[in-house]
Order: sequence, then structure tokens, then C-alpha cells
Amino acid sequence: MSVTDVAVQEAPTKSRTERIVNDFAIQVATVNGSGSQTANLVLLRSIFQMGVPVSGKNMFPSNIAGLPTWYTIRASAKGYISRKKEVDFLVAMNAETAKEDVLTLLPGAAALYDEPLKLNALRNDIVFYPVPFDKLITPITTDAKLRRLVRNMIYDGVLSKLLSIDMGQMEKALRKQMGKKEKAIALNMGALKAGYDYAEASLPKLDPFVVEPMNKTQGLILIEGNDAAAIGCMMAGVTFVGWYPITPSSSLCESLIDYLKKYRKDPDTGKATYAVIQAEDEIAALGMVLGAGWMGARSMTSTAGPGLSLMAEFTGLGYYVEVPAVVFDVQRVGPSTGLPTRTAQQDILSAAVLSHGDTKHPLLLPASVNECYTMAMEAFDLAERLQTPIFVMTDLDLGMNTWMSPTFEYPTKPLDRGKRLDAETLKKLGNDWGRYRDVDGDGIAYRTVPGDGMPAYFARGSGHSEKAQYSERADDYANNLDRLARKFETARTLVPKPDIEWAKTPTVGIIAYGTTHWAIIESRDQLKNEHALETSYLRLRAYPFTTELFDFIDKHDRVYLVEQNRDAQMLSLLKMECNVEQFAKLRSILHYVGLPIDGRSVTEDLVRQERGQ
Amino acid sequence: MATETPVQPPPAPGKKVNRIGLEPIAYRGLKTTLCAGCGHNAITERIIDSFYELGIDPTQVIKLSGIGCSSKAPAYFLSSAHGFNSVHGRMPSVGTGAVVANRKMIAIGVSGDGDTGAIGIGQFVHLMRRNLPIVYIIEDNGCYGLTKGQFSPTADLGSTLKSGVVNDLPPIDICALAIELGASFVARSFSGDPKQLKAILKAAISHKGTSMIDVISPCVTFNDHEGSTKSYAYVKDHDEPLSDVSFIPYFEDITVEYEAGTSKEVTLHNGSRVVLSKLSEDYQPTDKMSALRVLHETMARGEYATGVIYIEPDKQDFVDMLGIVDEPLASLPQSKTRPGRQALDEIMESFR
Repeated sequence: MSVTDVAVQEAPTKSRTERIVNDFAIQVATVNGSGSQTANLVLLRSIFQMGVPVSGKNMFPSNIAGLPTWYTIRASAKGYISRKKEVDFLVAMNAETAKEDVLTLLPGAAALYDEPLKLNALRNDIVFYPVPFDKLITPITTDAKLRRLVRNMIYDGVLSKLLSIDMGQMEKALRKQMGKKEKAIALNMGALKAGYDYAEASLPKLDPFVVEPMNKTQGLILIEGNDAAAIGCMMAGVTFVGWYPITPSSSLCESLIDYLKKYRKDPDTGKATYAVIQAEDEIAALGMVLGAGWMGARSMTSTAGPGLSLMAEFTGLGYYVEVPAVVFDVQRVGPSTGLPTRTAQQDILSAAVLSHGDTKHPLLLPASVNECYTMAMEAFDLAERLQTPIFVMTDLDLGMNTWMSPTFEYPTKPLDRGKRLDAETLKKLGNDWGRYRDVDGDGIAYRTVPGDGMPAYFARGSGHSEKAQYSERADDYANNLDRLARKFETARTLVPKPDIEWAKTPTVGIIAYGTTHWAIIESRDQLKNEHALETSYLRLRAYPFTTELFDFIDKHDRVYLVEQNRDAQMLSLLKMECNVEQFAKLRSILHYVGLPIDGRSVTEDLVRQERGQ
Repeated sequence: MATETPVQPPPAPGKKVNRIGLEPIAYRGLKTTLCAGCGHNAITERIIDSFYELGIDPTQVIKLSGIGCSSKAPAYFLSSAHGFNSVHGRMPSVGTGAVVANRKMIAIGVSGDGDTGAIGIGQFVHLMRRNLPIVYIIEDNGCYGLTKGQFSPTADLGSTLKSGVVNDLPPIDICALAIELGASFVARSFSGDPKQLKAILKAAISHKGTSMIDVISPCVTFNDHEGSTKSYAYVKDHDEPLSDVSFIPYFEDITVEYEAGTSKEVTLHNGSRVVLSKLSEDYQPTDKMSALRVLHETMARGEYATGVIYIEPDKQDFVDMLGIVDEPLASLPQSKTRPGRQALDEIMESFR
């Protein structure tokens, strides 16, 4: 114990004088499958219930049990919910990673650890809190399996005491997490109290980190993006889902299945007003979606990188035959199998032009759980309006992590079922209808579906005339391809417009999309406060790009596009459409380590590039 | 809309019409672009006859296919039906989505031996396994026609190409596979046997569940030479009908007399009947093991067993299994597909 004493005496001289309130990150390092998720979510929720903005990021292995996993909870009075680069308070439960976890902490951090790991010998510039987990769990239950499961609640108890997280909120959060399982609640409460009591009796507070109640989370919910997207799909009136399990998208369809079961039974017959089919692979999943879309159903699938690759051929068919479909791509790290449980924005280029031949597809780019919800509905409307596959490009960080959000608003806009031929339109067309004829000049033709009593057509992926007849004629082919390009220009006017914040004097602009948004919020504050650099910010919400984007570039001297991939994929798409002057202004900030991007990394990279110029 | 029978103009006096007042022309499609004498064209003709004689409204039919010579065929029949010529080997998934999205439509899929047996075997397997209500026809010529005659996976061991190249892999017996996987109606026929093919097609269209028909359909351009086991001459010589197939639609009140012991009458879900007569005594077309045994035995003798090989008329089909509403999912109004405000409030509450 003498080493601990020395460390404790030396390191925290700073911490005794300084209090760091509601601005730190706790990282819990455990072994996958050890049941730590309950303890982590209870911790997250307790801080949230105290009115303090929080975010939770799970860094887990592609494994069911046995490999290391880290869960990071960030409390931020200012409301920053992107990943914080530095860990302030480590909970080291995993013997395998504990040494490295401790050694990578910055001086002044704190580490709570399982006593037998003897981590306090590793360094003397951080605060150590040894906790004898085995000793504390012994009186709680004699069942070895249960001991393993509730053991993690002990660190919640210790943290409750050390960080001043209200025990009442801990209990409330635990009850929320466990539902009505009273026996399990009692057991977990026992472990929680054991941790609290131990800390009270044996661990004097030596670190500066404190949670104090605020009122910044009132009325908010905590939700994962995949759940939010599922709710959006249900409210969008989805009637057909074809899917194939793949991390990190599986929970989207699984959540959707649960909601559909509950809320989409016909009240008169009790029968389902939807069908969900688990396909044999992603190829079949999209094939089913196109079959259903061709029939007129609101049809969707969700997938991730490898599945997207498999969907390429069918995506081209959907584009050329002009069948509505919604594809959620919950992006993960590639190439190939890559890091299936880590996050990235690496499918932008491949999704935008997925399939062979001249193809291009609208992409929606949700940044928040609320946008997962709203863009799900927009995606179905756009798919039917534009009669083409629409990709919703979310990512693992958004889809599988827990985010704060205002409650979702009930949709007021009726479903847009797009241009369907009816008797009246047919008459207006002089009874001369062509499935692929551009009547309105927007590139979108009128479609019929089987069984609607309107004229039939033959849908085919081979060359076709505007009357949907097989054709290899040069003019038929070129006219059709030009019309599809015209339709893409129409898409440009229909997709969600970017969000823009202008600097007083626009010089440096930042462009970002998706989850990168949250790092940009923090980085812009850092740039302003630490470097006196005021930036404008444009958050892209869709592809094809809208006119606002080009105007934004024109109005700035330098524009940084920040994204989470190696090859500056969105920037590449943008450069294809820029003029020379715009092109010359574009810079890139990239982040691709599998972890969500953080504000500090953006700030450092941007400042470095600004200095270099 | 889908459930209404469209009003047809009264036929001109003296014109030949079917029981819903449509002339044969209403069942035709575009002129074929396949080779003269192609077996596929004969199959197309039997499909036209079958739908006409059954009096099915062609606007209530959907036609599906993959890629290949066979997959062009849906353009050549029922021109007032919607068709979807999809991608190579993936017609089963498109068909699955389509049939589930509108359960009122009658689906007919046309594939080939390459489209099904090679690139599409995965989707074929799962379609059979699901017992999706669809008529799935394989126009089987043992070769790839559109790419000029390469072997397909149904080519027999030892069969030769025109160039003399010998096939050194055993064939996939698509019928045995379909039975094994769960298809509830499995038949084999020959494009050169119009009577049997038409009876099988009518039964298949009337069956509820997957009707898989492997139709040997010689490729006159690339696989009709001596040495080929899919030539007209070879198939005629080795066709081994397991029974005489008769089909009696539900709307015809006909009593058939047949010899006890060697005949089997099967009633389909809509009341139509299939009568299989001159059966050998040890073969039961409603018994999986018996059907598989017959296939293995005939194959070992180098013969093509034709006829309705296996039939399970009451097996639950995929659409019923899903427990979906009776009306087409595709045409459900917003009032049935967007839950009310209360549902969203309840969901939001669960995340507080």
C-alpha cells in the first residue's frame, strides 16, 4: 500500500485546489460479455437525470465474449457530445488492457481499478482508487454467475460517491434499465450500495471531477440512432422490409420489427400491415425490396459496407428501371470486413455511384438521432417522388451509441406517393402513356403498378424506349440516360438543404456531414476561444449538392471539408462539380482510426493547415 | 383496384372467347426474338393456352424473369400483364418482394438452367424453401444460349458441346433439389410434349404454393446435336412419363373414371383437380421419399422422368405464413400504415 500512498500524496496537489465540474470523460474498460452494459447505461442515465448533458460511446470488439471493450461517458456542461479525446476518469476492470489503459492517461487523471491488478505501481502522476471487487461482491450473492453479472454495479456505487452522482438517480436509472425485474433490481442495488459504502469508508476524494445538478436535459430523451431510424420508418408507413443481419445495422431492423409488431396490426383483423423478411443475403434483401417497390409498397432495407457492395448490381437495376427503395447504410470501418464494430464515413463514394454504368443516387446524411427519424420519412417520400433508390448514410457512432435528443415530432406532412398514373392523367396524356416519358420536364415519368387497373409495362434492366420497350437504338438510349440525369437535377431541388452558420466576416469555412457535426461544434468554439479564429459552418444534409454549398464556397477564402475516411470521399464528389476557383479553395481534414472524430483533432489539424498557408 | 375484375367489352359475335369473355389475342405478347424452333417458344405457347383456358384475367398476373434466352420469354406472352426482367439469377428475390407486396396477383417466373442452377442457385434454394406462391418455370436446355453455348449445371455427365468438349461434371437434378427444399408442386416436362406440358402448367397455376416446373427445352442452335443429352432426339427417346396428367379446373364439373391402384386424384386449394393415371404401383406422387426415389432411379437409367413428380396441395404458403392483411400491402392507405400520435408519444415516453 505504500506505493499507493506515495502516489496519492504526490499527484493530486492540483486536484485538491481545483474542481472540474460537469466537464470530463469517464472510460470503463471491461471484458466483452461481462454484463458491464447495464452498469454503464445506469451511470450515463444517472448523470443525464441530474440535468447534465451526456453522451455515451461504446467501443466494442467484433466478438460475443472475452475481448476488451471500452465504454466512454462524457459529461459536458457546455453540451458537447462528440467524443472527448482525453480520458479523465478510468475504470479499469480488464486485466488484459489495464496497463496500457493506465499508461495512456494524461497526468492528473484518475483510475479506479480492481485491486489485484495493482495498477498503482505503474505511475505516480495520477490518482488511484483500488477497489476489492471480489471481496465486496461476496456478501451480495452466493451464485457465481450472478456475482459476475452484478459485479460491475460496484463501480457505479464507487463513482456515485467519488463524483457526487446522486444515489437516488442511480436507483431510478437502474429501475428504468431493469424494468419490473424486482429480484434483479434488489441484487444490483446491493452491489451499488456496497460500492458506495466502500468508497465512503475507504476512498478519500483525491481527484477534481464532480457532477453537479443542472437543468440542461429537461424534456430530452436518450436513444440510439438505429432505434430512431426504425421509428421513422414505421411512421413513414413502411410496408415491406427485406434485410440481412450485419453489424452495425442489425439493430435498426430488429428494432423496427418490435415496433411494427406493437403498432402496425390491423385493428379489425389483428393481421400485420407490413411484411419483414430476413433474406438469404444482402443481394436478395435488395432484390425483395425492389420487387415490393415495383408493386407499389413502401419498401426498405438496412445494411453496412459489405452488404452495400453486394447490393451494387440491384442498385443499378433500381436506378435504371426506376423503382423506389430506401437503403440505410449504417457505415462501419472497411475495406473488406475491416473493423465491423468501429465507426467511419467510408461508403460515401461507393454509395453515390453504386453499380456499373452511369449511375448516381441521392444520399441523405443524418447527423443526429432526430434526423435518423425525420430523414427516414424524407427518404421514403423522395424514393417514391424520384422513383429511385435513396441511401440514408448513417454510421455506427450514430446508430449504436446513446444520444440525447428532444422528443420526436409527429409528422404533419402526408405521405408523398409520387407520380402515379391515374385515369385523369391518362386522359390528359391523350391515352398515350409512356412509362419513361418525361411529360413534366422534371425527368420524372408517371408510373403504374401491377393491379392498379392502369396500363402495364415491362420493367427491364436492358435498354428501353420511353414506352418501356426493348430498344438498342442510340437515340432511345441517350434520351433515356439524359432524362435520368435531368431527374437527378430535380433531386437536387428536393433533397434537404444544408444548415449554415455564417461568420461575421466569412474567411474560413468548414463543411461537415453526419456525426462529424458534433466534433465541429466543439472545434469551432476551440478555434474561436483559443485561436481567435471565427469560422463559418455548412452542414451538408444530402447529396446531390444544392446551390447553397457552392455559394458558401464562393463566399470564403478557404473551406475545410471534414470527414471520417482516408480518401476525402465527399470532397472528391464535391470537386467533380466545382469550378476552378472553388476547387482551389478546398482543403481536407480527415479522421479514420475507427473511433468517432473529436473536436480537438479537428482544431489541431485546421490550425496546422492555417499556419502552413 | 387489384381485386376488381375489369369490365371487358362484350366479344364480337362468333369470336372465340374464354369464360371471362377474352379472346386468345388478349393472352399473347410480343413476337418472339428467340431462334426458330427454340423449345422456349413452344413453352410460351402453352403458357398462353393455359392462362386463356383457365380464364385468368391477364392484368391480374405478374411475370418475372432473370437473364438469358429463357428470361426474355415473359415479353412474349400476356402483354397486358406487368413484367419484370430483373438481373441474372435473382428473379426469386424480386418475385418474393412482389408477391408479398401484393398477394392478390398471380405470379409466374421464367428462368433458365444457368439462371437457376448456376448464378441463381442460392436464391432458388430459398424460394423453394419458403414455398412462395409462384409458378417457377425453368426452360432447361443444359447450356448458355445467349453467350453461345457453354455448359450449364444441368448438362449431363458426358454430354458434349458442338465443338466436342465433354461435360465432366454431374448435373444438378433441379427437381430433386426442389422437392428436398420444400417446394409443394414439382414437375418435369418436355417442350415437345404440348399435351402434358399444358396440363402441368394449368395445375401449377392453380396450385397455391411454389410450383416448380423443369421443362426440358432443346437449344436448336447450340445443343441439338448428336452427343447432347438435351437434344430433341435424345429427349424424345428418353422421356419417361411417370403418369398421364389430366387437369380438371374447378369450374368444370367433370367426373373422371380411372383404374383403382394406378391413379391418383389430387384436389387443389381452389377445387381444381389433378388426375395422375397409369402410375407405377410403387410410386406415390404425394410422398417425398417416393418421388425422390423415382427421380434417382430414372436418372440412373439416363431417362427423364416427366409429369407431376411431387405434389403437396395443402402446404401452407409463405404469404399465409407471414400473417399479413388480406388486402395488398402495396395499396394500404396512410390511415393503416402511419400509427397515430399516441403511439409516438408512448414510444417517446419509453426513452425518457
